[in-house]
Amino acid sequence: MPRDEHREGIKGMANPTRYGIERVAYWLMRLSGLGLLAYFVAHIYETSNILRGQVGWDEFLELTQTTEGHLFLAIVIAMCVFHTVNGIRVMLGHGGVGVGKPARPDYPYEPASQNYRHKIGIYSAILLAAIAMMYGLAVMFGE
Amino acid sequence: MRESTIMKIHYGTALAAVALVAVHILMRLTQGFAESLEYENVLANYKFIPYAAMLELILILLSIHGFNGLRVILLELKQGRVYEKAVSYGCLAAMIGLIAYGSRTIIMTNMGMI
Amino acid sequence: MAQVSSVPKGQTSPTSKSITLRISRFNPEHDESSGFMEFPISYEKWTTVLEAILDVKKHFDHSVAVRYSCRQATCGSCGMIINGKPRLACFTKISELNSNVVTVEPMNNFPIIRDLAVKFEKLFDTHQKIKPYLIRDDTEIQSNEKEFLQSPEEVEQYIQFANCIKCGLCNSACPTMATDSSFVGPQALAQAYRYVADSRDKGKDSRLKIIDDSHGIWRCHFAGSCSQVCPKGVDPAMGIQLLRGYLLGFRS
Repeated sequence: MPRDEHREGIKGMANPTRYGIERVAYWLMRLSGLGLLAYFVAHIYETSNILRGQVGWDEFLELTQTTEGHLFLAIVIAMCVFHTVNGIRVMLGHGGVGVGKPARPDYPYEPASQNYRHKIGIYSAILLAAIAMMYGLAVMFGE
Repeated sequence: MRESTIMKIHYGTALAAVALVAVHILMRLTQGFAESLEYENVLANYKFIPYAAMLELILILLSIHGFNGLRVILLELKQGRVYEKAVSYGCLAAMIGLIAYGSRTIIMTNMGMI
Repeated sequence: MAQVSSVPKGQTSPTSKSITLRISRFNPEHDESSGFMEFPISYEKWTTVLEAILDVKKHFDHSVAVRYSCRQATCGSCGMIINGKPRLACFTKISELNSNVVTVEPMNNFPIIRDLAVKFEKLFDTHQKIKPYLIRDDTEIQSNEKEFLQSPEEVEQYIQFANCIKCGLCNSACPTMATDSSFVGPQALAQAYRYVADSRDKGKDSRLKIIDDSHGIWRCHFAGSCSQVCPKGVDPAMGIQLLRGYLLGFRS
């Protein structure tokens, strides 16, 4: 990127602190998407161990069924739930659902698209992700 | 392909994957998490054709959705004709590669070629 | 480059308070990197950031480069980063910033001309690209009618987006614009919606074709930062999502 364009760059794009919860959701969506893709590739490799027979499968299972493995899986569950719930919110928004109706703006110009419906959607996604993560931990460590 | 068509596929694969992954996770939970990962149970899952077909579908849907998502992020990070072509074709190749690799596991296990 | 200047004696009123105004200084022609100059400024409840900058120009350093014109949030010239967020300097009172230090920097995602002044060529190019005018087969001149009549409801559909003053704050706040130099940007996309939603316009298909590109409307992820910084209530995020509805088949 040429220096003279004065773009904020990745640091500015990834900075979730300045523009409210919507920008935090944007950042989390991106991060969880990349995390889930990495997990998905690893999962496809992990399950391919079944072709090595029972010994190969059990060997690989021993590597993943550890405390660290369970904690990692709990994070994956949280990412999955957040990405799903927030993804549905964003998809509805992209279709124009819940973004408000055009109207003559009045001071102090509160943007209708940044409304409580979407904020509730974002907080719900975070809350559900946390609940799912705790449920996952209970299931994995409960056994 | 027009960008709107690609993004419609992106949304469609996401919705379909959500439903199928939910079934996939529920299968782990109904059997008991640790028990469902035992060799015999996993093998039985793969040999049950409707379940194997569902896994194949999940593999295709998530590969398309995931690698298109990666393409979008990479296209936004850097621009340039060569770079953008490399990203698009690279993601397509990775998508096809992952589908082929995952399909090999599903088909070989389903047909008992272990 | 940091420099501290002093307030001229006898120029403050009894009700005035003071802050430190930090101004980013950078001349791409001979500076390697940008730096800040600091000025103690006295202000009243109603003093705007632009007035403070002009005060610096008048009393301390005339070489500070800033673009401004109307001083009433109409011309869209004085957009800059004020305490980390894109705002209009003429529309931002120092008193509402609640800070003893006010830092002003040039807008992000725009090439710097000097200090606080940035180039708007790219903004105007993308604005031009989406055909910001009514497209019709007939014209007012050929028709017997003197004007194209619209109901108040039809006007409501786009009037909000016609408030855009092309200040560039939305493009400066957009996370995609931060890294994507080819992105059309929220300003142009909101203007595309403004004309597509206008009942007099017949250029919807050609505009949708322009924005349905790998660096077009699909690179907006509804982060909403553009709408949060818009000083005129245009709400570009709303316009973009409604515009996308046409491409997704939700609207016709």
